[in-house]
Amino acid sequence: MATAVADEAGKRQSPLSDAVVVRFAGDSGDGMQLTGGQFTLSSALAGNDFATFPDFPAEIRAPQGTLFGVSAFQINFGSSAIDTAGDAPDVLVAMNPAALKTNVPQLKQGGLIIADEGEFNDRNLAKAKYDANPLDDGSLAKWQLLKLNISQLTMDAVKPFGLGNKEALRCKNMWTLGLSLWMFDRDRQPLIDWLNAKFAKDPNLAAANVAALNAGHAYGETAELAGPLKQHHVDPAPVAPGLYRTLTGAEGIALGLVAGAQLAKLPMFFGGYPITPASAILHHLSRLKEYDVTTFQAEDEIAAICSAIGASYGGSLGVTSSSGPGIALKGEAMGLAIMTELPLVIVNSQRGGPSTGLPTKTEQSDLYQAVYGRNGDAPMPVIAARSPGDAFECAIEAVRIAVQYMTPVMLLTDGYIANAAEPWAVPDLTAYEAFPVEFLTEVPEGGFKPYGRDEKLARPWVKPGTPGLLHRIGGIEKEVDTGHINYAPGNHQTMTDIRKAKVDGVKVPDQVVELGAEGGKLAVVGWGSTFGPIHQAVRRQRAQGADVSHIHIRHIWPLPANLGQLLKSYDKVIVPEMNTGQLKTVLRDQYLVDAKPVNKVSGQPFTIAEIEAAIEDALP
Amino acid sequence: MNEMTTIARTTTLKDWETDQEVRWCPGCGDYAILKAVQRTMPEIGTAPENTVFISGIGCSSRFPYYMETYGFHTIHGRAPAFATGLKLANPGLDIWIVTGDGDGLSIGGNHTMHLIRRNLDCQIMLFNNEIYGLTKGQYSPTSRVGTTSPSTPYGSVDRPAQPAAFALGAGARFVARGFDVSKELPNVLKAAHAHKGAAFIEIFQNCIVYNKDVFEDFAAPKGAEDRQLWLKQGEPMLYAKGTKGIALDAEALHLKTVDVVDGDWEAAGVIVHDVTNRSVAHMLVEMRFGEFPMALGVLYDDPRPTFEADVVRQNKAAAEGKKADLQGLLKKGQTWTVTEGGPEL
Repeated sequence: MATAVADEAGKRQSPLSDAVVVRFAGDSGDGMQLTGGQFTLSSALAGNDFATFPDFPAEIRAPQGTLFGVSAFQINFGSSAIDTAGDAPDVLVAMNPAALKTNVPQLKQGGLIIADEGEFNDRNLAKAKYDANPLDDGSLAKWQLLKLNISQLTMDAVKPFGLGNKEALRCKNMWTLGLSLWMFDRDRQPLIDWLNAKFAKDPNLAAANVAALNAGHAYGETAELAGPLKQHHVDPAPVAPGLYRTLTGAEGIALGLVAGAQLAKLPMFFGGYPITPASAILHHLSRLKEYDVTTFQAEDEIAAICSAIGASYGGSLGVTSSSGPGIALKGEAMGLAIMTELPLVIVNSQRGGPSTGLPTKTEQSDLYQAVYGRNGDAPMPVIAARSPGDAFECAIEAVRIAVQYMTPVMLLTDGYIANAAEPWAVPDLTAYEAFPVEFLTEVPEGGFKPYGRDEKLARPWVKPGTPGLLHRIGGIEKEVDTGHINYAPGNHQTMTDIRKAKVDGVKVPDQVVELGAEGGKLAVVGWGSTFGPIHQAVRRQRAQGADVSHIHIRHIWPLPANLGQLLKSYDKVIVPEMNTGQLKTVLRDQYLVDAKPVNKVSGQPFTIAEIEAAIEDALP
Repeated sequence: MNEMTTIARTTTLKDWETDQEVRWCPGCGDYAILKAVQRTMPEIGTAPENTVFISGIGCSSRFPYYMETYGFHTIHGRAPAFATGLKLANPGLDIWIVTGDGDGLSIGGNHTMHLIRRNLDCQIMLFNNEIYGLTKGQYSPTSRVGTTSPSTPYGSVDRPAQPAAFALGAGARFVARGFDVSKELPNVLKAAHAHKGAAFIEIFQNCIVYNKDVFEDFAAPKGAEDRQLWLKQGEPMLYAKGTKGIALDAEALHLKTVDVVDGDWEAAGVIVHDVTNRSVAHMLVEMRFGEFPMALGVLYDDPRPTFEADVVRQNKAAAEGKKADLQGLLKKGQTWTVTEGGPEL
């Protein structure tokens, strides 16, 4: 994670052995995401830095026990700065055979498996396509194995509460969490408080869950375990004093949009249509009516963006959000927003594609779509967030550009950022400079020109309802200044040039080097959610003496003015991306630099080791 | 129609004309509709700056350029979605949607349906010419079976959509019909504007280039009284100078035409038009021309709360008593403080 600790490389050189990666895996009905989420909170309270990676199936309730129904939650926590959810888990909690089978290959050699042997029956083994029980046949020999009948132990623990069989077994995740809390010397009380609040309406169920949690903890504490289970204390990470909270990318976007609208002094209109993994933004915003936010669940993706443009035309900040397939549907309307020069923010929470692709998995393969994916010469600013906390900042930046330049802006995030949580130092809003919008309300000197321009080439924003400024806009080519329909060849050339010049002229901060030096043997250039693994890999390689630097681009379009010179100051440039080389192509096109691709499109984030290997390959 | 637009404002037809050259084909029915609208606006008494015409794509969708109001010529089929966002952003605006049979029922059928279902306060003028004009004459979703066109050289085989029936089926609370050169059109437009909620008006429009005189069978002045049934609230459904009327066949449960002898329409069982009667409205929109006269005027008008009013009400209620304290919101949820001594809740 990138916010809590001062960003100087020197402070981050501590060895990584003080970080632990735990992966909870079970059936999608086993409550693994909840277990992971609560373990995350306990890590925060223990003062650890952390990063998480929820990995769940597209099916809401996949058939029980199947390989494709496995839901997992990985957390990397430690006493030094954490940038990624971790490469290989140290501990795997497997609630059934399918969870073991799909997750054990990533487990670090010598790592610990905690398996619920009560679920390793013939039926579940067959569903996971195991011929023999892996807990008994020696096939897990390269790891440490702890077999516990968690199902039975949970049933025993909650027996006094008289729950039905199904409800009793649902407490398994709390038993497992209790054991995990003991393993890492964590305080149980915040979890107990949380359970009592969550099940306030059913005190018996709350008590049963607390009992399961306590029983798991007590099991670790008192059982005479001959095997590998031993308490492990991870010291707090050194973080700057201040107020912290956990933040997901979807929360970061929603809060950043609200902050942006407030800084622009505009009401916000959000038009959305449900789609994974973007829906969470709509859910968050729909609860924030007191911030002058109107949310509209439209009949489709097209209506979602068109309603947002309609609202912008009316003087609100129009926002729409989707993921790749929905963004494709919005393309024509984006062109209209470009033609009519109205502000609009389009959030794209990228997922695996093309088509329906991998709805719940992460990818960065919509960069071409964002930069180039419209008919005609249709330039549009594009910004990419690197983390949940950064998503807050990027949302404000997107709003600023949209209203100051009268243009649609695309904000790229991805499934990984949207769902992952990180600790976030709550910012002081008074530190942000406001950029209040001034609508044109009367005829200016020299007459009213709907397509007249200011020094940024932005046209005036006039709200319908304003006397004296009546005019018509639309998607047909506009005449310079007047905005009347005009098909003349020279006029189209001029207007195309103006639209391009306006977006090219968007002021974006100069590119900085995140880690390393300006110039040298190798630059690793990334964008978006690959920040964590790139940053850690570059840090590790630099610690070993490698001449390598990390550059991470937020402004994808227009690119920072100094970027070309900066890239040319390195002997080699590699570009790790979760696609087949899209930013690489843009950089080559813009700067004629020999950027080399490093690609991964498995629906999983890069591991640090993969980036390190690419660095080693690139350096002689 | 809304509170703000009831502010009286004296205007003339000229105040509603732009300086733009009108670019429809000479003789197009759109000219007559444009004039009818420009003539109606002063009578409504609304303010031009408070009025917005929103269109999609097609011949009819050029309409906003010719109205001296605010105007937005959007993309094909999506005008209802732009109108929805605009109305939610500023419920005080008086919004008119201009669409056609292709724009509103083919590519944009989905949006038309949802706009009507939600009951956004606006007027929807659907110019039905039963053809694609701007793309040079292909058959449309309202073209009659057998329409020969560049894309259907052997005649179209699919059955046409019925705009008024579609609207009513989508939940419309106001459905009316008129035609381009009809003297009654301004009255229909005024009724639509007076209705608070989505007001759907099907306007038969003569495309003189690609589908000339396709509505002559009922719109031709000669013998019009025998083929047009102009519906009036509280009046019997009579036509052919009062010698014929519409009655209910109570056994078969459908409408029938009856002869009225000596003006005694009650004896003939002629129905008195009640614009709030939804069952009768369903029968009127399905009334087949030929066997029956063409039902024109206000077929149905029974308002209920509008979408934007409900959204505003809910937004207000949800915000009631809450402070827009964003700094406070950022601190909400699971937080902890890091001090020199370590984190605490």
